[in-house]
Amino acid sequence: MMLRILACAILLFSATVLSQNVATLRKQAALDQEVTTEPIANEITNDLKVSRNYPMQPPIIPHNIRDYQIDLNVNTCLACHSRRKVTNTQATMVSVTHYMDRDGNFLAAVSPRRYFCTQCHVSQTDAAPLVGNSFVDVKELMAVSKNENE
Amino acid sequence: MKDYLARIWRAIRKPSTHYSLGFLTLGGFIAGVIFWGGFNTALEVTNTEEFCISCHEMENNVYEELKSTIHYTNRSGVRATCPDCHVPHKWTDKIARKMQASKEVYGKIFGSINTREKFLEKRLELAQHEWARLKANDSLECRNCHDFAYMDFTVQGKRAARFHSTFVASGERTCIDCHKGIAHNLPDMAGVEGWN
Ligand code: HEC
Ligand code: HEC
Ligand code: HEC
Ligand code: HEC
Ligand code: HEC
Repeated sequence: MMLRILACAILLFSATVLSQNVATLRKQAALDQEVTTEPIANEITNDLKVSRNYPMQPPIIPHNIRDYQIDLNVNTCLACHSRRKVTNTQATMVSVTHYMDRDGNFLAAVSPRRYFCTQCHVSQTDAAPLVGNSFVDVKELMAVSKNENE
Repeated sequence: MKDYLARIWRAIRKPSTHYSLGFLTLGGFIAGVIFWGGFNTALEVTNTEEFCISCHEMENNVYEELKSTIHYTNRSGVRATCPDCHVPHKWTDKIARKMQASKEVYGKIFGSINTREKFLEKRLELAQHEWARLKANDSLECRNCHDFAYMDFTVQGKRAARFHSTFVASGERTCIDCHKGIAHNLPDMAGVEGWN
């Protein structure tokens, strides 16, 4: 019992110490201080497909999805993206992986694990990134290693 | 009591001896105006959102859902209230809809949707009535605010412009065909045309 309490105390202590160095949206302002916040960013809904950073990336949603209902009753996304709808809607059909269960079997309908589209597919906003990003596209990595080998 | 009533009855039946025909005609006219006005005022009162959501079935279900949608809050601040979408503007249509609504009030009194569960169970049926009505009148209530003739496709989203400039322009589809669930959550859509 004593040990557990001690462990908790250490955890709490280290958490507070650590959290002081974490960049926050409040810009490290003290609790009793007001900070001026950035305006809420707008969603990018220009209907232009965004290229993927790697082949397995779920593509970004380039259009408005305000109030699109996805629940037990109905999946609004599939009203345009399902296999039989794309002639009319000219939307990209959900790819074949959406019909596979986790054992790789192909199902007749979109697999339950791919039903909640916005779990993986999201819209982007025009917000400036809070932190830098050092992601390097695999194409560039390939070019680098090719140069090194030569 | 009986005597009293009988006396009143006689007074009503007896031709007027004290008042001129002109006075009676005018009086009738004025009374008529008051009644008509009263009727229309009552109609107006029942034609407000406050009235619609004064019963909890509406307030706790559909109104709650409307609040997160674009017809409740948007950048231009133009709001659509319940009667904007559910009650026709033309007087005759309005009366017809009100008489239909009396049935819905009946539903309220006898509690056919007095819990969330009962409401959800009935929801498909209620929604289908509205879809049928809007389909039949070519989405008149939507068009009261969204006039197709003044839609500028060039500033619409690409998807919106493509659908509007084809299916709507040709009259093949009407607003409610594509914009179901624009203001409230949808019921189970399995079996509804275009949704499976
Ligand atoms: C009205 C039809 C319609 C609905 C509803 C719809 N989409 Fe789309 N979607 C499209 C079209 C058309 C495109 C092609 C790009 C464009 O025009 O915006 C697209 C593009 C996409 C893309 C990009 C595909 C790619 O290849 O890059 C994703 C991801 C996507 N939609 C996801 C969704 C999700 C998730 C939902 C539900 C929340 C949804 N869509 C609802 C029509 C629709
Ligand atoms: C578990 C995560 C996940 C969920 C849930 C999911 N997707 Fe995807 N989606 C992906 C990934 C990963 C890709 C890219 C690789 C691939 O095609 O599998 C993708 C690709 C797509 C594409 C592009 C297909 C193509 O051929 O380029 C569309 C469109 C799409 N998804 C729509 C949807 C819709 C609509 C739903 C909801 C019914 C959905 N996705 C649910 C992960 C997901
Ligand atoms: C009282 C007027 C009014 C009525 C009636 C009305 N709307 Fe709207 N509608 C608006 C306003 C205002 C907006 C928001 C415009 C903006 O700021 O972008 C809007 C927005 C929309 C949008 C855009 C949604 C989005 O996410 O961008 C659609 C679709 C729409 N209405 C469809 C309908 C349909 C369908 C009906 C009939 C059932 C209807 N409206 C009835 C006023 C109305
Ligand atoms: C054939 C299908 C279809 C019909 C019919 C239709 N719409 Fe749309 N509408 C769409 C699609 C798809 C979108 C884009 C999806 C979204 O914004 O959620 C859209 C978007 C809109 C928008 C938002 C515009 C924008 O640029 O985002 C409004 C407003 C609207 N519709 C009103 C109407 C009205 C009013 C009618 C009836 C006169 C109507 N629609 C009929 C498919 C349709
Ligand atoms: C922008 C138009 C619009 C507004 C505003 C609106 N409704 Fe609706 N309502 C609809 C449409 C369209 C349907 C048909 C079902 C659907 O598509 O969701 C509907 C359906 C309903 C139903 C049937 C049950 C259901 O959800 O399908 C009820 C009850 C209802 N509305 C009540 C209200 C009340 C009360 C208000 C005001 C708080 C309101 N509505 C505001 C358009 C609207």
